[in-house]
Amino acid sequence: MSDKRSVLRLDDITMQFGGVVAVNNLSLEVNENEIVSLIGPNGAGKTTAFNVITGVYAPTNGAVTYYGETLVSNFPQSKMKKMYAGENLGKYTEAIRRTPDKITKMGIARTFQNIRLFKELTVFENVLIAKHMNTRAGILSAACRLNYKEEKSMREESMELLDIFGLSGFKDEIASSLPYGQQRRLEIARALATQPKLLLLDEPAAGMNPQETNELTEFICQIKDDYNLTVFMIEHHMNLVMEISDRIYVLDFGKLIATGTPSEVQSNQRVIDAYLGVTEDGE
Amino acid sequence: MMKMNKRTKLILTIALAVAVMLLLAYLDANRAQYSYGIAILQRSAIYAIVAVAMNMLTGFTGLFSLGQAGFMAIGAYTVAILTIPVEDRPSVYYINGIADALANASLPLWAALILGGLLAAFVGGLIGIPVLRLKSDYLAIATLGFSEIIRAVIAAPQLDRITNGSYGLKSIPNFGSIYDVFIIAFLCILVMILIINSSYGRAFKAIREDEVAAEAMGINLFKHKGMVFIISCFFTGVSGGLLAVFMRSIDSKTFQVMLTYDILLIVVLGGLGSITGSIIGSFLITAAREWLRFFDNPLIIAGFQIPLFRSGFRMVIFSLVLMAIVLYYRKGIMGSKEFSWDGLYRFIHRLLSRVRRKTPGKEANHHE
Repeated sequence: MSDKRSVLRLDDITMQFGGVVAVNNLSLEVNENEIVSLIGPNGAGKTTAFNVITGVYAPTNGAVTYYGETLVSNFPQSKMKKMYAGENLGKYTEAIRRTPDKITKMGIARTFQNIRLFKELTVFENVLIAKHMNTRAGILSAACRLNYKEEKSMREESMELLDIFGLSGFKDEIASSLPYGQQRRLEIARALATQPKLLLLDEPAAGMNPQETNELTEFICQIKDDYNLTVFMIEHHMNLVMEISDRIYVLDFGKLIATGTPSEVQSNQRVIDAYLGVTEDGE
Repeated sequence: MMKMNKRTKLILTIALAVAVMLLLAYLDANRAQYSYGIAILQRSAIYAIVAVAMNMLTGFTGLFSLGQAGFMAIGAYTVAILTIPVEDRPSVYYINGIADALANASLPLWAALILGGLLAAFVGGLIGIPVLRLKSDYLAIATLGFSEIIRAVIAAPQLDRITNGSYGLKSIPNFGSIYDVFIIAFLCILVMILIINSSYGRAFKAIREDEVAAEAMGINLFKHKGMVFIISCFFTGVSGGLLAVFMRSIDSKTFQVMLTYDILLIVVLGGLGSITGSIIGSFLITAAREWLRFFDNPLIIAGFQIPLFRSGFRMVIFSLVLMAIVLYYRKGIMGSKEFSWDGLYRFIHRLLSRVRRKTPGKEANHHE
């Protein structure tokens, strides 16, 4: 693992909302071409961690590094100074913030736990919108259609993605009219349209039946190889997690309780107590 | 169901355009006779610009702004100040005089309109920086407040020598021909349609659908919201300028909140997110206000005067109709769809089949 390049590193990330510490001193690392999973019981702070990485929240303390560059960094300020309940106070003195769109432009794309498609727009438009961030044309030249070449290639690339995802048949359907599994697929397609290097999947298999989950498992491996991606995902389906993850991090009450390969995590007593329960439960 | 081919549609569109042009030419030829009708159509066209501009904000980007009247005022005053003939200015500014810099500043109408739009866009940009951080209702309240501030500033005694304060401006020269308004309206709306159908327009729609997801797709919310706000303000300013020329005399009371509500009404009634809806809405509502004047006149049937028919009753009926529409026809005339010949064909088809279904039923009743 250590020979691989680090893509994403979280250092001592603490996220405190008022008096509630949602993520407590979380440090983790995702390396190039790995599939890393973040698991844990509901409310453990998994999605909060994702939101910190993608810039939706600024962490209370800690830093996020992406390909060696500090993405986000913060330390308790103003009111938070007195309220801060985490550790490593004073270790970070820089406050760097990036808005989610900048982080996406740097190559981190994500999907959402509760699907967030552009519901009233067509499937094609959903993917096409993700291509917008690369437009070089200004609004006036775009309005005058001076960027027709760019527009054409945007459309072609989007169409290609839909083909790969098997969604080209639904091209002109309204996104919210798609069956649930397809909506999940579309969300991943849309995320890939931003041409990411790191893909964050927030419960990609939520609400899927075993067969759909199996398809998804294969699919994630396939796109990882095809697009040379690094995948970091939150998931509750243990079959999926154990099958495709290179490494797993386990969160409980905002704290990291275990880390390691799937087999290591599966046999870890703390993980079994906090999350997996009796073995059959997870299967 | 039969679908129309492209050629039929093209022919229909050309036929419609020719019909509109013929109608305008006919009205132009008989100007004296139809001056009232022409005025209604002109006002409708002016409202159509600002309605589409507002729809771009509210319907397409999901930014609920109520500042239209203020931005129209900026455009209107710019156009008025710069187009009133220099020789008429002493009589317009007879109380306070005109600022020296403006005494001889004069522009042709088109240039004044563009300048008015740019000024409105500039002020819109300044206001947008703090205001666009707000969401939904809060944004509406803040823009409403700024719109009133603009109006108050225009009427302030300190600006007497520029805006003529509360006395208003008159002697604004009329349009060169009746076509002017329609051509300008057509161009403005065309540009807005092109923007909405471009890549940026899609980004605006994404923001409307889901801000969080839009941001995660790499769309800079602040930049895009600012952009659409400034563009909308520009066209609102232009339409304000046209309104000034149309009305020939303006004062700050012309641009009260009621004006914004009128436009909001058109946008909601036409359908949020439908440009053709806004255009149809503006013509329909502007015309309906005039048709309903019938209710303002005393009505005497068989020597008995119906008590409710007096001036102002028109607005009661108008409000009732609106309430009914909002309650039972919530999506407006067009919903979020655009006008298409296919849509019209389907609509007529449905209407006809409904009539056909009813007729045999009635005949059966007659036989009994």
